[in-house]
Amino acid sequence: MSLPSASSVARPHRKPRLDPRSLALIEASVIPMGALLASALIFSLFLLMLGKDPIRFFSLVWTGGVASSFSIQNTLQRAAPLILTGLAFAVPARIGMTLLGAEGALVLGGLASALIAIPMMLGGWPVWLGLPIMALTAMAVGGAWVGLAGWLRHYRGVNETISSLLLTYIAVAIMNFLVEGVFRDPGSTNKASTMPLGPDWRVGDIPGTSVHWGLATGLIIAALLWVLMERTTFGFSARIAGGNLRAAQAQGLPVGRLAVASCAIAGACAGLAGFFEVAAVHGQANASLAAQYGFTGILVAFLARQNPLAVVPVAFLFGALAASGGLIQRRMEMPDATMLVLQGIIFVTLLTSESLYGRLPFLSVSQAGDRT
Amino acid sequence: MTKIFKTFRAPSLETLHMSKSFGRNKALDDVSLKVAAGSFHALLGENGAGKSTLVKCMMGFYEADAGQMMIDGQEIRIHSPRDAQALGIGMVYQHFTLVPCLTAAENLVISRRDIPMVINWKSERQRLDAFMETMPFRVRLDAQVSTLSAGEKQKLEIIKLLYLDQRFLILDEPTSVLTPAEADEILGVLGEMALRREVTVLMISHKFREVKAFCDSFTVLRRGRFVGAGDARRVNAAEMSSMMIGDVGMRPPATRLKTIQDGPKLELRGVSTLGDEGRRVVSDLSLKLCSGEILGIAGVSGNGQSALIEVLSGQRPLSGGEIKINGAPFEPTRRNFDRFKVFGLPEEPMRNAVVPRMSVAENIAFRSFDKPPVLKRFGLMSSARMRQRGMELIQQFNIHTSSPDAPIETLSGGNVQRTVLARELSGEVDILIVANPCFGLDFASVADIRGKIMECRNRGAAVLLVSEDLDEIFEMSDKISVMSAGKISDPVSTLATDAMRIGKQIAGQTDEIVAGPQAE
Repeated sequence: MSLPSASSVARPHRKPRLDPRSLALIEASVIPMGALLASALIFSLFLLMLGKDPIRFFSLVWTGGVASSFSIQNTLQRAAPLILTGLAFAVPARIGMTLLGAEGALVLGGLASALIAIPMMLGGWPVWLGLPIMALTAMAVGGAWVGLAGWLRHYRGVNETISSLLLTYIAVAIMNFLVEGVFRDPGSTNKASTMPLGPDWRVGDIPGTSVHWGLATGLIIAALLWVLMERTTFGFSARIAGGNLRAAQAQGLPVGRLAVASCAIAGACAGLAGFFEVAAVHGQANASLAAQYGFTGILVAFLARQNPLAVVPVAFLFGALAASGGLIQRRMEMPDATMLVLQGIIFVTLLTSESLYGRLPFLSVSQAGDRT
Repeated sequence: MTKIFKTFRAPSLETLHMSKSFGRNKALDDVSLKVAAGSFHALLGENGAGKSTLVKCMMGFYEADAGQMMIDGQEIRIHSPRDAQALGIGMVYQHFTLVPCLTAAENLVISRRDIPMVINWKSERQRLDAFMETMPFRVRLDAQVSTLSAGEKQKLEIIKLLYLDQRFLILDEPTSVLTPAEADEILGVLGEMALRREVTVLMISHKFREVKAFCDSFTVLRRGRFVGAGDARRVNAAEMSSMMIGDVGMRPPATRLKTIQDGPKLELRGVSTLGDEGRRVVSDLSLKLCSGEILGIAGVSGNGQSALIEVLSGQRPLSGGEIKINGAPFEPTRRNFDRFKVFGLPEEPMRNAVVPRMSVAENIAFRSFDKPPVLKRFGLMSSARMRQRGMELIQQFNIHTSSPDAPIETLSGGNVQRTVLARELSGEVDILIVANPCFGLDFASVADIRGKIMECRNRGAAVLLVSEDLDEIFEMSDKISVMSAGKISDPVSTLATDAMRIGKQIAGQTDEIVAGPQAE
């Protein structure tokens, strides 16, 4: 390296081949893809150890998830709540909070919408008014539930990961308590449930498909939240607070309000997913609401790098895995926990891959060794 | 293969043609350094000149790409700090490496490599006492390290190296946290030990005064290269500094213009706040700051300066007292920052002022993103306008970055601070709160940054400057106060005092500054 003339104080720096934004985008795609590939390999080893054929496994995932219009619709059906719960993790993650409360918000939101529907149905309210009220109730309850974790974090210093997880257990317990107690429908003999929604009180399917409107809603909300996080002052403030809390304070940003608002948005998303589970899938609230969508959403958000738009395709991927679960269970004679093993492996490889950011030599923008 | 041999007498050390690169950046380029046995050698150079890289190679933190090292004329290879320790090379770092909650004696014993599973404290203690008899410094062995003063800690660091039989001492800016009197004492004793050939000292320093007073030889590095060496007693400070900074010449101090002080602007009355452990770190502090003046607050770190800055910038709640700007009560919220035109250059910008992963342009926009022109309708932001503004300021403030979209963590320290300057000082400033703005920066950046702060004062801003660097305080301030133990002394005019007097106050020989009526 030839040194510049002594009078120039500028430090020579090299130009990266691509501008930093594209590099960051490539990095954020290459690393999760690599992690997925790695987990597929590890899972194949696991299958080989069990004496099963990995190729057959992945071809069954293809068949069960995307090969026919039936399986595609099955996939989309399962992706719908995952989009919303994925968003529920991704939004607070931007402000640096790790929230595991989506499952609880989903359960309570679903329960609340089922319960508020009862007086409206009995009172003969019009459905066009009733369904939005149910949806809003679900969002409000979910938002308040997770917002509580945010409030505890900011104003009482309680670790939000722990509190939101514990709130989830409480939420599921409350749901079971109410569904098996005061709100149990006498007609539900096998499985304690709330009063079923009347046939016209159900959310229907998107015309021409057997996929309910929750999917379309999820897509719209993902787009809205992307705009909120990437293009508004709220999102910008949240990114500052998430990236460096002390800097955000020194800029006078209302970090407490930002934290609580992010959590409330997250809870509202999960609550809305609960509403669709009740109004479009089950028709009533019962223990089936706690179907781990909230937890799988964490995985979805991680793989999507907390980007609201990327949550959508990733939710489809996990929807496909879930949709093919039954087929694999039957054809390969494997327990349904197999899919959980795969999810677990994906999660661990993903977390490990986090350590690679900024370390891939061909994607480096930094001028290494700049400070001595 | 490392050949282990111990010298209990001062060794000589040489590096020959040492080179080290990080990526494409050549941090060391063919550097040869010769430190004679029993000498007190100064290693000079700007930040980024390669001094730290060189001593880290000597200590085995880095492995040099090329070059040799010799001790007492024999070639040695050092692959890790353990090798260095075994060869008797020890280092005192800029920041203390003692365990604060242990006593001095415990710190010494646990630093040994051959420490047994069960420590017989009684016999260790006897041996320590005997060892301390031979030491030139006195340190209270039973005192918990957190209760020692900075000077005592630094002495203990040096004693630790001698206790470990390390006779080639590398000191990395050892006096940056000390008062002038403490520094003189420690360097004086080390100089005598070197003269008696008990140790050899290699000291990284920025302070020509110390180099001239205590060192016998020196080496200068510039941009990773050897530029010269000589007898420290013969070469004068001006010559050394021109070797360090090349043809740039000495930096003229920032120009101070006459200003009209049209009334007080910032006023603190009885301000108190609690530290992280719930202790009062600032108590009943009052001060007045007028427009067009810089009030410098001197003091060794840890006396409440950081907490004071945090209170003013909204990072720490007030536990008592009030802050007023132009007579109106001031709460550090975003709205008030804008309303009263309050800006800040906090210390450690990476920790307090920027978001490392966000881009330079975004970091520049922290003050302006929620106002037009970046703000459009419905809370939407124009990233194009943000980027545009960022590019203008990058040019105007001479920020070296590969792109406005590069994450700010890829910039050097000086450029990070320039980015913060660009954000905070590009508009109209009424109140400016500054803490250690030039810490760890190179000459050119220091000149830039001090110039900009002075410009701000000349335009009529009221500037509060907290700094641990006395030279900076004296260069910049109109008035000087000293902060110690959470209290502040009455401000005195810079022209009416001198470094020795302020240094004494800092050291805490100061009944007159702690008590007594405050400014007003």
